[in-house]
Amino acid sequence: MKELVILSGKGGTGKTSLTSAFAAISANKVLCDADVDAADLHLLMAPEIMRQTDFEGGGIAVIDKDRCSGCGRCIELCRFDAISETFEVDPISCEGCGVCVDLCPETAIDFPIQVCGQWYISNTRFGPMVHARLGIAEENSGKLVALVRQEARKIAEEQGLDMILTDGPPGVGCPVIASLGGATALLIVAEPTVSGIHDMNRAVDLARHFNVPAMVCVNKYDLNPDQAARIETGCKQNDVMFVGKIPFDPLFTKAMVEGKTVLEYAPDAQVNKVIRQLWETIQASPPMSGDV
Amino acid sequence: MVISVASGKGGTGKTTVATNLAVALGPYVRLLDCDVEEPNAHLFLKPSIESVESLMTFVPAVSEEKCTYCRKCAEICRFKAIAVLGKTVITFPELCHSCYGCQEVCPEGAVYESSRKIGVVEKGRGLGDVEFVHGRLQVGEAMSPPLIKKVRSFEDHDGVTIIDAPPGTSCPVIAAVKGVDFVVMVTEPTPFGLHDLKLGVGAVRLLGLPCGLVINRSDIGNKDVKKYAKDEGIPVLMEIPFDRRIAETYSRGRLIVEESREWKERFIELYERIIRLTGKESHR
Repeated sequence: MKELVILSGKGGTGKTSLTSAFAAISANKVLCDADVDAADLHLLMAPEIMRQTDFEGGGIAVIDKDRCSGCGRCIELCRFDAISETFEVDPISCEGCGVCVDLCPETAIDFPIQVCGQWYISNTRFGPMVHARLGIAEENSGKLVALVRQEARKIAEEQGLDMILTDGPPGVGCPVIASLGGATALLIVAEPTVSGIHDMNRAVDLARHFNVPAMVCVNKYDLNPDQAARIETGCKQNDVMFVGKIPFDPLFTKAMVEGKTVLEYAPDAQVNKVIRQLWETIQASPPMSGDV
Repeated sequence: MVISVASGKGGTGKTTVATNLAVALGPYVRLLDCDVEEPNAHLFLKPSIESVESLMTFVPAVSEEKCTYCRKCAEICRFKAIAVLGKTVITFPELCHSCYGCQEVCPEGAVYESSRKIGVVEKGRGLGDVEFVHGRLQVGEAMSPPLIKKVRSFEDHDGVTIIDAPPGTSCPVIAAVKGVDFVVMVTEPTPFGLHDLKLGVGAVRLLGLPCGLVINRSDIGNKDVKKYAKDEGIPVLMEIPFDRRIAETYSRGRLIVEESREWKERFIELYERIIRLTGKESHR
């Protein structure tokens, strides 16, 4: 079983557009949207939800005023400034550590488990898909990412599919770390801008830190061919596999407006030849072809 | 005046808006880059860094001499960052949320304070004498909110502070927008842009903050973002058309306000609109 995770460091470089194009090319796979915080892949995949499950995160402190003696111990204990002078807990600030719950002398604090999102198993025109929606302002995004990846793996095993195609979140923090552990390879989508390069480098460092093989492609390369060339050279110098560059093409946005992948929208367009070639290069790469 | 520049979707132009706005408003404006996972504002403001400070956070360490293996520390920890296996205590510093519960609950005083480096806070002065602060999360570190809070401790409430926020709607974003005077949401008029904008607006409303929109690459995609803004009563404060020259200026790490007087005036106008909307003092 192989899993390719699409990351970028910087947001908006084209992770989801590219993931959806790969979804249209590849066979025998499960799609997984690991960007649970601002998931967009479903906008192109039009998933038919087969099963919806609540995602339970941690608990949150709730003070029962009838039992509370007003001793103030909870306020002293809380490291997150979540409890007011009038003993109200701000649910957004509450970290869910439960220290006040356990150490309240009157046991006046309840700790109800929060439903902080939903996750879905769906059918799409490109095969099964696992995706999720983290509630707004919720924590535990890493946990939910780990959960959707695990469920995608289960489906792949049950249905005898040999690949998981995972659309990752931006950044290098908690949800990204949860999206790369145990992956076969990462595809880092860079853009030829000073920010794109800076953020790609941090994503490459993260891949090294967790010892996951990474490859890099440049999207919208012709917006600044010099910077694109710099990325390619930088990859070679740092022993990171460079797998291709995609031109800027308004077809991506046009396809998105129609709710389609760029491959469906304009099958014969030049950009799709580039994407198909990129996909073949990725498949033939040492980690994906099992040659490592 | 503290303004956060946020977006649901990444890559819509938060940094472009935050940095151009700060430089257009001129010297002594403070720019705090709170996108600590991928800070980019320094690439445009090119600050000379005057101070670097590491942010450390509490993680437990256990004195095996004092420990009686009563397991109270492991029982209180909701994050599974400390475990007792027979006569061994194991800590998992990367899972620790620094709540100090283990230390509080230990009857033997066997849990003492150790620390983990979350990242660094760098301060300096950038282009146009903008006062610059950013956080850089240590690569491999998962928890950004403590670092974001540290960067926000440099807000200037008697002047103008612009915060460059991270993308998304979860805890790092909340840490970067909670309690500010105004949130500028930067979006693009595409289905992804609109979908994530709705989530972003949801987060801002949950916190009870006023907000307005900047529509970047305003001539691509479709009209749905504008329709949404109108239906929801969210003011559109500025539109930036897609222009290969703007994209190219950005790609080289330059600001449009450096290269165009007209854009500088438009960013000043953006600020004045925000001031009118909040009814607060300009501080300029």
